[in-house]
Amino acid sequence: MPHKGESLPHRVARTMRRIIGAPDYEAYLEHCREAGHPPQLTEAQYVKEFFESKGKGVRCC
Amino acid sequence: MPRFARGLLWVGVSLVGAAAFAVLALARGETVSAAWVVVAAVCTYTVAYRFYSRFIATRVFGLDPRRATPAERLSNGRDFVPTNKWVLFGHHFAAIAGAGPLVGPVLAAQFGFLPGTLWLVIGVVLGGAVQDFTILCCSVRRNGKSLGQMAKEEINPLAGTTAMLAVLFIMIILLAVLALIVVNALKASPWGLFTIACTIPIALLMGWWMRSWRPGRVGEASAIGAVLLIAALVGGGWVASHPIGAAFTHTGTALTWMIVVYGFAASVLPVWMLLAPRDYLSTFLKIATILILAIAILIILPPLRMPALTPFATLGEGPVFAGKIFPFAFITIACGAISGFHALVSSGTTPKMLAREPDARLIGYGAMLMESFVGVMAMIAACTLEPGVYFAMNTTPAALAGASDVLKTAGFLVTPDQMQALAAQMGEQTLIARTGGAPSLAVGIAHIFSGLTSALGGKSATALWYHFAIMFEALFILTTIDAGTRVGRFMLQEIVGHVWPRFGETSWYPSIIASSAVVVAGWGYFLYQGVVDPLGGINSLWPLFGISNQLLAAVALCVATTILIKMGRKRYAWVTLAPLAWIVLITMTAGWQKVFSADPKLGFLAHAASLIGSTDPRAPRLIFNDRLNTFMALLFMSVVALLLVVSIREWWLVLSKRKPATVNEAAFVESGYAA
Repeated sequence: MPHKGESLPHRVARTMRRIIGAPDYEAYLEHCREAGHPPQLTEAQYVKEFFESKGKGVRCC
Repeated sequence: MPRFARGLLWVGVSLVGAAAFAVLALARGETVSAAWVVVAAVCTYTVAYRFYSRFIATRVFGLDPRRATPAERLSNGRDFVPTNKWVLFGHHFAAIAGAGPLVGPVLAAQFGFLPGTLWLVIGVVLGGAVQDFTILCCSVRRNGKSLGQMAKEEINPLAGTTAMLAVLFIMIILLAVLALIVVNALKASPWGLFTIACTIPIALLMGWWMRSWRPGRVGEASAIGAVLLIAALVGGGWVASHPIGAAFTHTGTALTWMIVVYGFAASVLPVWMLLAPRDYLSTFLKIATILILAIAILIILPPLRMPALTPFATLGEGPVFAGKIFPFAFITIACGAISGFHALVSSGTTPKMLAREPDARLIGYGAMLMESFVGVMAMIAACTLEPGVYFAMNTTPAALAGASDVLKTAGFLVTPDQMQALAAQMGEQTLIARTGGAPSLAVGIAHIFSGLTSALGGKSATALWYHFAIMFEALFILTTIDAGTRVGRFMLQEIVGHVWPRFGETSWYPSIIASSAVVVAGWGYFLYQGVVDPLGGINSLWPLFGISNQLLAAVALCVATTILIKMGRKRYAWVTLAPLAWIVLITMTAGWQKVFSADPKLGFLAHAASLIGSTDPRAPRLIFNDRLNTFMALLFMSVVALLLVVSIREWWLVLSKRKPATVNEAAFVESGYAA
């Protein structure tokens, strides 16, 4: 969801990442903040796990 | 705006749309501007979105902004992430729009521009968008469950298993036909092959950049990838004009082996290495190209050279593919009007990212309308070609000879010199018999884009635009092949895993290699037979793909109807029942005709019978292929018949109160976004 105080280039980059389905570590950190627990994954671990699950996604014809 | 003024506005939009349809329907003989097609389509989409999608959202499903979605309730910062509706619209659109809405309309243009355009516009508002939207709503209310899981829980376990097997077989045919389009586009095309070959090292570099050197820096990697892609496109022109071009000039058979090896490698290699970076690159390219194409068509408004109806609409002996308008126009255009595959996306990643229930309307219904518009643009691009050129490009010499009398009578003529001049203009050696739809679409796009650059005062650069369009099409077809082979591999591992648990471990390498090899061999076989088929392969494979894709839509609509009945919304069940009835009618009719028609050009069995006793050394293989295609068509038809029977039984049990209407929805939780 939109973030207050986020710069325009940052917002554009974030939007593009989400549209193409790329890893978004910031979204994970934000989730951890909201859930009130420390991040359990480093960025590298997060990216690795993300790519493993992405391989199960469907692309239509 | 006052209510009366709003009412007047919608009446005005409806009248403008109706007037545009009238112009298209009444045009006979004279050239029609593409503007009428665009106006008719856009007005219909606008009215349907405003009224019909709202009806489904509010009355049929009762979408509730106070109800928390799975993205909010199960948020984990990974797959369950609440996402802005416009961002999710882009994400969903990128996942559903592939080669289908571009190629199907191009092939269906053999009937003229009118039948395909009408089916694209009417089919989407009453069928395709309804399917995507309802399955998304059903999945969102069930924690983002997949179509197979919903079939299993809402109908019965047999339905779930049948749906899963159907998806696997459909995937095999889908990948074969998509690969065939790429092979036909890159055959004897050093420029095209060089550009596409370059995308592999570019993707590997991007993968290494995002995974190891600069983890997660997708923007940087994509920017580098885009620059290298443009360099490869420009470099391809140089390669084609030098002796080195011979290394990139190959036959269809050689390209088949290359693509098979590539598909296997992409399925076995880690996702970050090849599949994901290629996917990012193709998504950027897809969205940008579609936007530019829409703008170019709106600026140039090219005239349509193809008539509204060609003689093949009623004769049923078209050289591109056999069969009459009914049912084959509706089978040939699947994506863009209604595509069962979308149900897998609508019950895949999208429901896990939906922030608010009412957003499903824009994403499920709206994104499908956008895909339909892509199909309409493809139809326009194909119909801007001279009909003689269109048929020379999309037909094998044997089929062209068979249809020569009809083509001559209709005035669809082209000389070898004209085709040679066109090929030279596009930077190709030949454009004759480049079946599959992609090359003729690329010529249409090249004309439109070069018209735009000329209008803006630049060079026309037609050859560059042609190869840009080929790259654009091939890149995302290969992305679908990457992803599809991998998904097929996971499905096979899961199925075999029920009897041999070790095989079901998705990270066990012997299982990865064996399952990938089986899936690749499956689609590779159909691809190879399509490439060596004297009739070009598209004639038999594309209808089979259309039938299978539409039958998957029947599965999805059976699930949606069952859920509506169980929700106590039986009075609105016609919303999904009407498109279901139409889809079952056209697919069963097409399947029956493809198997049992006495015309050897149309029926698999009649074609096989016509070859018995032939001295042609290829005859035994062609007979075997006809029988295999018969088996596949009958298999798809049986699967849907079975699913229909178990669904109707379930509806009867629930409606007659012999079985309680148990709704497997997740419990209501108040949304934090409602305040």
